Amino acid sequence: MTDWLSPDEWRAVALSLRVSFWATLASLPLGLLVAYALARWQFRGKHLLNGLVHLPLILPPVVTGYLLLMTFGRRGGIGQYLDQWFGIVLAFRWTGAALAAAVMAFPLMVRAMRLAIEAVDPKLEQAAATLGASRPWVFATVTLPLILPGVIAGAILAFAKAMGEFGATITFVSNIPGQTQTLPSAIYAFLQVPGGEANAARLVWIAIVIAMAALLLSEWVARAVARRISGQ
Amino acid sequence: MTLQISLRHRFAGFALDVAFDAPPGVTALFGRSGSGKSTVINAVAGLLRPDAGTITAAGSTLFDSAHGIDLPPHRRRIGYVFQDARLFPHLTVRQNLLYGRWFVPATPDAPDFTRIVDLLGIAPLLERRPATLSGGEKSRVAIGRAILSNPRLLALDEPLAALDEARKAEILPYLERLRDDLHLPILYVSHAMAEVARLANTVVLMDAGRVTASGPTAALLSDPATAPGLGLREAGALLTVRVAAQEDDGLTRLDSASGPLWLPRVAAPTGASLRIRILAQDVMLATSRPVGISALNILPATVRDIRQGDGPGALVRLDAKGEVILARITRRSAQALALTPGLPVYAIIKALSVAQENVGSG
Repeated sequence: MTDWLSPDEWRAVALSLRVSFWATLASLPLGLLVAYALARWQFRGKHLLNGLVHLPLILPPVVTGYLLLMTFGRRGGIGQYLDQWFGIVLAFRWTGAALAAAVMAFPLMVRAMRLAIEAVDPKLEQAAATLGASRPWVFATVTLPLILPGVIAGAILAFAKAMGEFGATITFVSNIPGQTQTLPSAIYAFLQVPGGEANAARLVWIAIVIAMAALLLSEWVARAVARRISGQ
Repeated sequence: MTLQISLRHRFAGFALDVAFDAPPGVTALFGRSGSGKSTVINAVAGLLRPDAGTITAAGSTLFDSAHGIDLPPHRRRIGYVFQDARLFPHLTVRQNLLYGRWFVPATPDAPDFTRIVDLLGIAPLLERRPATLSGGEKSRVAIGRAILSNPRLLALDEPLAALDEARKAEILPYLERLRDDLHLPILYVSHAMAEVARLANTVVLMDAGRVTASGPTAALLSDPATAPGLGLREAGALLTVRVAAQEDDGLTRLDSASGPLWLPRVAAPTGASLRIRILAQDVMLATSRPVGISALNILPATVRDIRQGDGPGALVRLDAKGEVILARITRRSAQALALTPGLPVYAIIKALSVAQENVGSG
């Protein structure tokens, strides 16, 4: 196995998995909150929030990467304080790649969760309240179990998107082997070298397999949860 | 326990302004669709915030606009049974029933799980999911879930409205048992007089956002003055009777203060107390005891008062040895018989005219 891929290639695969995992996990709570707010709350600036969330879907990824660099780079609006106060540096680190992947995957995640929340009948939540459940308990015991398939679908969709993220990542954190060279960046790097297609092909296969596996897993989990919830 | 309600609320094109007290027992909010019944019950449960007013239950204030008190629904302890049951689809029947137990501290007088399950006949359903239940089963589980949340008050919003006649007949006896066995005050919203007559101790009559009459069920139902508000077809008296004997020819003899009555077989043990509703339009009057007549039930009575309607009808209220009977006859007949208050008459009731839905446990 180890002969099949070079250490750098292995590192790219492992890095991509790590970046996607953390990008998904870290954005889950915020994604759920934003999805809930968009689905259920009436507030000023709702349209603005909705637009902001969906922006990375429509903007050229390189623009998102540029904006991330301007904001979270070492001299960026937020990045300089993160560095000064907490010693956290995102630019040109794997954590930055995770941030870029999270931002790019966020609209997909929120969309899936929002649809699931909108499908929950608020009358069930009212019934739970009359039985003594406070707001947080209603969410934990009624809303969350009912939207679980949507949450899982959203998370896996986000994971798959994070695995494939390229434009914003390479703009924000560059393409440093072993540090920020994710699977797509590695494929891109191979293709820049004459005769690199064969090497690229192996990574391409890996990308396809991981994407398919994620998709099938999400389908299977969501269906199992939906079956359990509907009581069929 | 009493529930005291005084509310004002304004929607687009609709104004609610009600005040009434609900004494212990079953209080029915009766009225047409759109009369504001559900608004009242939602305000009691805290699902709707009225513009102004107060709601107190057993001395504790649930809502008081003047003092800025508005308890959230989960702290009101109102066991709300919704028309559409609203069972949690992801939980089993048992988990649905026990849902309220997670949040409400168990008190020594809290309803016992096994007892309520038996009372509602839902023991065979406990491990099933709501999706597999029939409409009647869902209703019973919803009622059980509300009771087991250990509420101060049970609020039922047309719990039978979504069910067909057979399912209604299935549930009504359970509701009667709840009323008689649990001593839990019940606020019952309905637009079906048969249900109200069977279940309620007190009736609050609502029309267009206002209370038009309220009082004990038997008195209110047999009051000619409230009859137009109930709908003339629904006007009638409630008699409290006791099962005296099951006779060989398929009839049941019932003893009432006004005399014996025979009805088609009533499925109740001898000695059981029942309340039967005799519709005014099913009662005939005669000034002398009729002979050679097929009607089985002939009760001596005296005329208390006569209320002439705008149409051809008149409502005659009778005293039958302490019980009130209401008869709806034509004005022409009233004149022909020269009915005046104090006149002795005979009320004639066909045994078969009393529908099964109008016989309930008392």
